[in-house]
Amino acid sequence: MRIVLKKGRLLDPTLGLDLVGDLLIEDGKIKGFGREIIVSGEDIEVIDCHGKLVFPGVVDIHVHLREPGEEWKEDIESGTRAALYGGVLRVACMPNTKPVNDSPEVTAYILKRARERAWVTVYPIACITKGQEGKELTEFGRLKKAGVVALSDDGKWVANSALMKRAMLYAKNFDLPIISHCEDPTLSYKGQINEGKISAKLGLKGIPPSAETIAVLRDLVLAKETGTSVHLAHLSVKENLPFLRWAKEEGIPFTAETCPHYFTFTEKEVEGYNTLAKVNPPLRTEEDLEAIKLALKEGLIEVIASDHAPHSPLEKEVEFELASFGMIGVQFLLPLSFNLVREGLLSELKLLEYLITNPARVLKIEPPSFKEGVKAEVCVFDPEERYTVTEDLIQSKSKNTPLLGREIQGKIKTVIVGEKRFDF
Amino acid sequence: MKHLLDIYSLSSETIKEILDLAENLKEILERPIPKVPTLRGKLVLLLFYEPSTRTKFSFERACKVLSADTLSFSAKGSSLEKGETILDTVKNLYALGVNLVIIRHSLSGTPHFLAKHLKIPVVNAGDGIHEHPTQALLDMLTVREKLGTLSDLKVAIVGDIKHSRVAHSDILGFQKMGSKVYVAGPAHLLPDPKEAEFFEVKRGCFKVCYKVEEALKEADVVIALRIQRERHGEPYIPTLQEYAENFGLSPKHLELIKEKALLMHPGPINWGVELSYEMEQYPFQVILEQVKNGVAIRMAVLLKLLSGD
Repeated sequence: MRIVLKKGRLLDPTLGLDLVGDLLIEDGKIKGFGREIIVSGEDIEVIDCHGKLVFPGVVDIHVHLREPGEEWKEDIESGTRAALYGGVLRVACMPNTKPVNDSPEVTAYILKRARERAWVTVYPIACITKGQEGKELTEFGRLKKAGVVALSDDGKWVANSALMKRAMLYAKNFDLPIISHCEDPTLSYKGQINEGKISAKLGLKGIPPSAETIAVLRDLVLAKETGTSVHLAHLSVKENLPFLRWAKEEGIPFTAETCPHYFTFTEKEVEGYNTLAKVNPPLRTEEDLEAIKLALKEGLIEVIASDHAPHSPLEKEVEFELASFGMIGVQFLLPLSFNLVREGLLSELKLLEYLITNPARVLKIEPPSFKEGVKAEVCVFDPEERYTVTEDLIQSKSKNTPLLGREIQGKIKTVIVGEKRFDF
Repeated sequence: MKHLLDIYSLSSETIKEILDLAENLKEILERPIPKVPTLRGKLVLLLFYEPSTRTKFSFERACKVLSADTLSFSAKGSSLEKGETILDTVKNLYALGVNLVIIRHSLSGTPHFLAKHLKIPVVNAGDGIHEHPTQALLDMLTVREKLGTLSDLKVAIVGDIKHSRVAHSDILGFQKMGSKVYVAGPAHLLPDPKEAEFFEVKRGCFKVCYKVEEALKEADVVIALRIQRERHGEPYIPTLQEYAENFGLSPKHLELIKEKALLMHPGPINWGVELSYEMEQYPFQVILEQVKNGVAIRMAVLLKLLSGD
């Protein structure tokens, strides 16, 4: 069985490839590419990709699949279906499930469910500390054997600096990346939205930029001292930039991530107590949004992830202060990120590096690519198509996003995963 | 006007209309039988999720003068304790034929949340650390009555500005009506520069002062706020004595403010803390006038929201 993708713009950041031509897939594997591939014989499918972009599957390093324990919000099947529709063919899932993923048993359960029901590859991330409580380290070695690719206390920063340092050192034994949710909990205590004009207007306790930047700086200092790389999740404020520049100059091992909502939306979205825009870290100001774009342009931030966080109306259609933090996003990671190309901030290839190669490098896995012989994980993306985000369109069980009712641009048309082909 | 959710969304014209109406309605309260049939047959729901004495009784009194029936809810002993959500509670009470909801809640934005989901008017009787619009309206009515105007005044508010919904509504209201508002208190309980951008309704009409004297100087109106040492279990004030000595108002401040300047307080007062005991004797202290005007303001709000439907 062969598939030829004809006349698309082939983009592969791993190979540095940007070529209008054909891509050949044979028996679920990449066979080759070139300006024109002539194939003959039986059993050939041809996909016309004229005007489309053809690239390897996106790697989303930050999603919440909610299984086990909160399956009314999302499960591994629905979450990975949303990913598939968005061209995200590998996801790393955060450990704040119920129970939290702090043991080989929970990891094994997630991987078993993924084998049975997932549409795309699932990589579990386990907690740094037992019970995500910030007190004692988890079993890094046994977790690694069980299939964990990284460690993170996710929604909680490991506030105890000595413990974090110990974790960063111990992670060296197992080559496990450490992902940090940078938030000083004493500064964000009871906080609801960005601290400033809007928090004053709505009478909601603010989360100041310092809550993030103090945590970023500590983690960078520990990375310097231990030599262990730290991955800084979902950065949102402009105050980080000088410290990220300093860390680059010093050669400190780190990678930084942001999410589409931090370069798409501002704090204005929460006006009228809109819980769909309640997220942590909170949506910030126009200046922060521009700074995040600048950080992407400068390469200070080099990973874009969705922080896909499904919540049902039970958690969202309530008083603002009782509503859970988070918004879905894995399905719209590509279209929203593609705005960075439209605005001329990043080239197509650079953007795909941020979405494919760099997140794979953080997780220390081989990224999907067009190398001959690797499993086919291929997306066909129409960068022009415009459409409105509706509840029906959203594949997640939960529909919590401020994108509802808005028009976005850029749509995945076809996805090939191994021998399976999906057309949307 | 569909709801009364905050001062922020009221125009100065609407504020003036409410004050004018309240001023006219005050006469009813002076009658031997202070009751009119205007809202007969209307059912008003008083939903107080937080303790309240004067606000609750003031609203209840306003309803009774206007002959509206009231249903009163207190969180204790309700199905809230069975885990019922506020939205379900109110939808059920709505099914009983309620025409208007008055809500006090410890979470900011709860009245707005209900307004989004209900077809009947919602009145905010204080939400979290957000706003307390009827308190600001009655403060403005009191000042207008006593000083004859609301424009070109200097209003000083002293205390925990950050967590005071009364302060927030007053800051917006007095500026909308043409006055200047100066706030003072412990700096960590004052708006920071970004927050102050929001509170400055008109350029140059809002000022954050770190010295109480600066706020009080030449003030026409002084509003002291109730101080709480702890909030959310976090101590914000070292001791009440420290607060009283540095931020409490006492006779020594009287020479700073204008002659005949009004002294107000939304209550309940901690005498000896934000106001020294001697201040009760200050001749232009209008704290109980505020309470009286509260009824008239709430009558005006009810009338505006309920008449004509």
